[in-house]
Amino acid sequence: MTAFATAFALIASGDADLLEIVLLSLRVSLTAVVLACLVGMPLGAAVGALRFPGRTLLSILLNAAMGLPPVTIGLLVYLLVSASGPLGPLALLYTPTAMIIAQFLLVTPIVAALTRDVAAALHDEYHEEFDSLGLPPGARIVALLVDGRFRLLTVALAGFGRAIAEVGAVLIVGGNINHVTRVMTTTIALETSRGNLELALALGIVLLLISLGINVAVMATGRRGGAMAGTPA
Amino acid sequence: MNASSTAGTALLEARGLCLARGGRLLLDDVCLQVRPGRTLGVLGANGAGKSLLLRVLHGLIAADSGDILQSGARVSGARTRTGGTQSMVFQRPVMLRRSVRANLRFALRARGLRGRDRERAIDEALTLCRLHAQADQPARSLSGGEQQRLAIARALVPRPTLLFLDEPTASLDPAATAAVEALIEEARARHVTPVLVTHDVHQARRLADDVIFLCGGRIVDRGRAAQVLDRPRSAAFGDWLAGRLPTDPPRSSERSISRSTC
Repeated sequence: MTAFATAFALIASGDADLLEIVLLSLRVSLTAVVLACLVGMPLGAAVGALRFPGRTLLSILLNAAMGLPPVTIGLLVYLLVSASGPLGPLALLYTPTAMIIAQFLLVTPIVAALTRDVAAALHDEYHEEFDSLGLPPGARIVALLVDGRFRLLTVALAGFGRAIAEVGAVLIVGGNINHVTRVMTTTIALETSRGNLELALALGIVLLLISLGINVAVMATGRRGGAMAGTPA
Repeated sequence: MNASSTAGTALLEARGLCLARGGRLLLDDVCLQVRPGRTLGVLGANGAGKSLLLRVLHGLIAADSGDILQSGARVSGARTRTGGTQSMVFQRPVMLRRSVRANLRFALRARGLRGRDRERAIDEALTLCRLHAQADQPARSLSGGEQQRLAIARALVPRPTLLFLDEPTASLDPAATAAVEALIEEARARHVTPVLVTHDVHQARRLADDVIFLCGGRIVDRGRAAQVLDRPRSAAFGDWLAGRLPTDPPRSSERSISRSTC
């Protein structure tokens, strides 16, 4: 109970170390998710709505990539950015940028696969109208992304939830260096192993609150989307 | 009814259209002409191939064989005829998850209209479908009749010459049906020629100049609406008008698909 009380006190006092870790976590995960959405959403919409050679294979690969273990992605990025890797000269290892790359690779397949399902359902409904208008592929993708915007916000939030809770990949490529690459999940793992439960608990509570906030946001956007579309979301 | 001449080049002509799926012949040697200013009514029982024929004529589905000519010029393949001279309204209107105005803007953007011309065309369309007051509402919150009016206005904004209507008043009440029919008449006044699939004989009398009757994917009766609806020449059409299920005619596969009767 003492550990819980101290953890709440840390949060209430706005502890500088705690704040730094939370802000870095948000910066890394939000950047990774924004980039993943920029790539994954058009890709997912294309796979969901268009017919092109290799579409089925791409769809299978997206499904497979959704289940990739984070440590495997961490290892892959480590090999890319380590001194002897192809991106070695950029000196990205143990930097937030390397962590963003790892989370981007982790989240993009999830965003793309979920977007594919949203786009495919919408396209089933719209395709005759699109065909009738002679809409080119690019315009179809844009239209589907615009019309699926509220459901895609849920997709983005799901991606963010995955990124912010991830520990294996960022630990490998970030190194959990104090004041440089230490994020919530890696700090929780470290401080728990050290027996410093107060900080670990405080970060755990913040992580839970973020998770709760994501769920509230998902429900709110779903309702708003239903109201805007004129139908239940 | 429009009494314009039937002379001159047909806006659209189909010659010997055949389409089979799963071993079934769904369109069987269909030949027809759509003449400028003369509304063509497409009648037939459920499953006769009316909606399928409309999709083939509009280029959404490619026929297995046969030709389609636009103003005398042969066009080939699906989606080649959907560029701008013809539009289609579906039985269940497809409403984008956007406002009424944004639905109209989408159709105009797809046809390449930009800037002030586009906004002017949107205002015209809102006036046409009498939805100015609902312009900023989500289109999917409109009633069925309002959605169908919007769908017709959206199909008309690119100024097509041909308008395909697939049972546009199915499941609408009489008032909403009258409003949609008024819009179709307004389209005719704007030199748009409708091709109307309907189950409603009275609607065909009100709107169509010419009528074809499909049975089992074949046209088994045709003529001027005023004449053929009163005096059908085929037993199948007579049965259908009398409220009896028409008997399918022999398939051309039992004759010869290659010899078109056009």
